[in-house]
Amino acid sequence: MTRAQVVDAYFMEHRARLLDVAAFLDRIDRAGPGVDDFRMNAYRNAIALLLDGKPERTRRILEHFSDPSTTPIPAAHVKGATGAHDPIGKVH
Amino acid sequence: MYIDPHVHMVSRSTDDYVHMARAGCVAITEPAFWAGYDRSSPQGFFDYFRQLTESEPRRAAQYGIRHHTWLCINPKESEDPVFAREVIALIPEFLKKENVLGIGEIGLNKNSRNEMEILEAHLQLASDHNLLVLVHTPHLEDKLKGTLLILDAIRRFPKLDPGRVLIDHVEEHTAKHVLDQGFWCGMTLYPDTKCTPQRAVDIIETYGSERIWMNSAGDWGHSDPIAVPKAQMEMRRRGHLESLVRQVTFGNPQRFLSQSGRFSAEPLRPTAPDITR
Repeated sequence: MTRAQVVDAYFMEHRARLLDVAAFLDRIDRAGPGVDDFRMNAYRNAIALLLDGKPERTRRILEHFSDPSTTPIPAAHVKGATGAHDPIGKVH
Repeated sequence: MYIDPHVHMVSRSTDDYVHMARAGCVAITEPAFWAGYDRSSPQGFFDYFRQLTESEPRRAAQYGIRHHTWLCINPKESEDPVFAREVIALIPEFLKKENVLGIGEIGLNKNSRNEMEILEAHLQLASDHNLLVLVHTPHLEDKLKGTLLILDAIRRFPKLDPGRVLIDHVEEHTAKHVLDQGFWCGMTLYPDTKCTPQRAVDIIETYGSERIWMNSAGDWGHSDPIAVPKAQMEMRRRGHLESLVRQVTFGNPQRFLSQSGRFSAEPLRPTAPDITR
């Protein structure tokens, strides 16, 4: 597909998804004052990666959300994942 | 026509079989997985392995779909190594069942030491019996670290040929690691937590189509058992040749799975329900 064809094919659905992101952030604001947890800190920093002008945004955002450690943890106390690395490590 | 090489049909309805058959599914493979709760005894796994090797193939055949399976204890139930080893000891007697393709889906979940111990026990079993291996990589923030730990672990078993090991649930940050080391990779098409059909096609366009497949991994969670035909539609939307669509959704899984000597995607006439059971 040419650049123009990609835009023609995908602009409308990604316009909608961009509005979903904006609406999500507005929803948090409407919920009242508070402090972002590690997930939202990672989310807001990931948005900055979208705008840095560098390639491979998807790979870099996935790496940004990832646990950077390299050795097995002593034990698994939960089964689920949160979607973002918790730098304090409370979730394991 | 397509193959869904990773779908958990014990969690799905007969309507899903109808929709899959109508969309062109001719064969599936079903890895053993976590039921959403921890089983209370190894006997629970014995019954589950019977379901995967006896009753589910009959259910699939009623819709003209060939059913194959993989056996293991899922990493989500590997935190108790004594229990896990009791389950692994059950597997050899099921390996003679004609729809068993290998060991899977093994791997890591939270990347713990006990999970790694049980992953290595499964790899030893596969190495000893010269079996194909289907590997689950962890979810979300645990995926990159877990994938790298898994690749290191497999390399410690020199009898395991990377061409007979599929690393599943790859995304943009793990696909290259897997492919560069000679393994096959699978992309799971999930609504939220893995690849969308659009991103899966992006990965094919970026990394090529030689050793890659797509699956729905449909289960009891938020998932879509007809995700593979939706990815076929996405490829056609972008103007990819029909030969490429067929390669990644039929030819590639057929090529990998046929190494088991037990896989078939030949047309199957839907069978009548067995009223004696």
